Amino acid sequence: MSCTTHFSGHTVVHRLDPRPRVVATLVFAVLIALSGHYRVLCSGVAVGAFLAMLSKLPIRPLAKRLLRLNLFMVVLFLLIPTTSPGEPMFRLLSVPFSHDGVHLAAGITLKANAILLVFTSLLGTVELSSLGHAFHHLHMPAKLTHLFMFTLRYLDVLHHEYVTLLRTMKARAFRPAMSVHTYRTYGYLMGMLLVRSLVRSERIMAAMKCRGFRGEFHAYHHFHFHQRDAVFCLTSAIVLMLFAFVEWISGGVAR
Amino acid sequence: MNEKGNLLDIQGVSFRHTAQQPVLEDVNLTIRHGERVGLVGAIGSGKTTLLHMIVGLLKPNQGQVEILGQTRSSERDFWEVRERVGLLFQDPDDQLFCPTVQEDIAFGPLNQGKNREQTERAVRNALSLVGMEGYEDRITHHLSGGEKRLVSLATVLAMEPDVLLLDEPENGLDPVSHERIRSLLLSLPQAMIVVSHNVEFLASVTTRCLRVEDGKLKEIVV
Repeated sequence: MSCTTHFSGHTVVHRLDPRPRVVATLVFAVLIALSGHYRVLCSGVAVGAFLAMLSKLPIRPLAKRLLRLNLFMVVLFLLIPTTSPGEPMFRLLSVPFSHDGVHLAAGITLKANAILLVFTSLLGTVELSSLGHAFHHLHMPAKLTHLFMFTLRYLDVLHHEYVTLLRTMKARAFRPAMSVHTYRTYGYLMGMLLVRSLVRSERIMAAMKCRGFRGEFHAYHHFHFHQRDAVFCLTSAIVLMLFAFVEWISGGVAR
Repeated sequence: MNEKGNLLDIQGVSFRHTAQQPVLEDVNLTIRHGERVGLVGAIGSGKTTLLHMIVGLLKPNQGQVEILGQTRSSERDFWEVRERVGLLFQDPDDQLFCPTVQEDIAFGPLNQGKNREQTERAVRNALSLVGMEGYEDRITHHLSGGEKRLVSLATVLAMEPDVLLLDEPENGLDPVSHERIRSLLLSLPQAMIVVSHNVEFLASVTTRCLRVEDGKLKEIVV
C-alpha cells in the first residue's frame, strides 16, 4: 500500500497551484450538492468529464471508481422510488416507482458523478503531501492539517506492521475461520497494532522534541502562483457563478 | 562556553523505570571537546536510557546532569541542549516524520528560528555532508533502510550540533551503507557518543569505549 496517487501526470491540470484547486473543488461540490436542477447537474457532469479529459486521467482506474460509485447508485434507484410516496411513474413487477423518487435518485446520481469527476481530476492529481501544504496555506485548522500529514506519513508504517504481525500469525499455522479463536486473535492483532502505534507516536514526539519542537510547526514549502493559475481562478469563478445564476433563475421549484 | 571545559558531565546519576531494579545506578560520565565515546552493553542495559537522559527525554531519579557548562533539570533547561546536542534515534522511521526529505531536514533549523535562506542552505549542506545530494524532493517512506539512516543523520547535522549522540547508527545496514556511515562519522568534527553492538565498528570510530553493565559504566579496551 502506498500513499501516492494513481493519477499523477504532467498535464496543465497537474501543474496548477493546488490552493485554487482545493477552493474551486469545494465550492463546486457545495453548489452541486445544493442544486436541484437537471441543467445545472448535467453541466456539472460535463465540467467533470471535461476536466478528466484535460488532466488525461487513466481510463481504467477512473472507470473502476465510477463503476463502484454507480453500483451503489443502482441500489438507490431500487430503494428510493419504491419507498417514497407520490404518483407512480411506472410499475416494475407490480411494484410502483414514484415520480418524485425517480427524480430524487437521478439527481443524487448526477451529483455524485459530477463531484467524483471533479474531485478526481482536480484533487486526485495533487501529490498528497502538496495537498497537506495547500490546506496549511489556506489556513485550515492546524490540528486537522497535521493529522492529515501524519496519517499520510505513518499509514505505510502501520500497514507494514499489520502485515508483519499477520505473517507471524500465519507462520504459526493460523487459519481464519468462523470461531471464537479467530475473533480473539483478530482482537489481539488490532490491540497490538494500537499499542504499537501509541508507543511509536511517543517515540516520534521524542524525536521531534530533540530537534527543538515546542508545539509549533513552521512551513517550509511555498507555492508559486503562475499566470495559468490566474486563468484557472478566473475560469472557475465564471463557471461557478454561472451555475449559481442558472440555479437562481430556474426558481425554487426543482427541475 | 569554555572550549577547555567539559561538554557533558554526569555525576551520580540513577534511573529506574519502576520501583524494581534500577536501569542505571550512580553513573558518572564526562565528555570533553573532540572526544568520541563508544557505548556497548546488552539489550536493555540502559544505553538508550543514558542518551535519552542527556537530552532530557527521561529525568534521572538521582544525580546531577551538567551539559554545556550548566546544570540541567527542568524541561526548559533542555531546550538549549536539544538545539546543540543532536540525537540520532535507533529507528529512522521515528525520526523522519515529514512527507519529503527536505522538509524533514528543514524541521530542526526552522525550530531554531533560522529564516528561509539559512534553512535552505542548512538542508543543502546537510545533504551534501551525508552524500545524498538530489534527494530533496524524495518521499521519506519510499527510501531504503540505508538511505533513511543517512537522511536521519542529515536531519541531525542540519542543526549544527556540538555533540552527537548516535543510537546504533550502523545497525541493520548492508556492508556498503555500513562503510559509508563509518567514513562519515570519522569525517565529522563533533564530540560524540556512539551506541553499538559492533565492537569492531566502535573501535574504528571512537577514541574510548565504555560498557554498560548492571547499571554501571566500565571503561573497556577494544
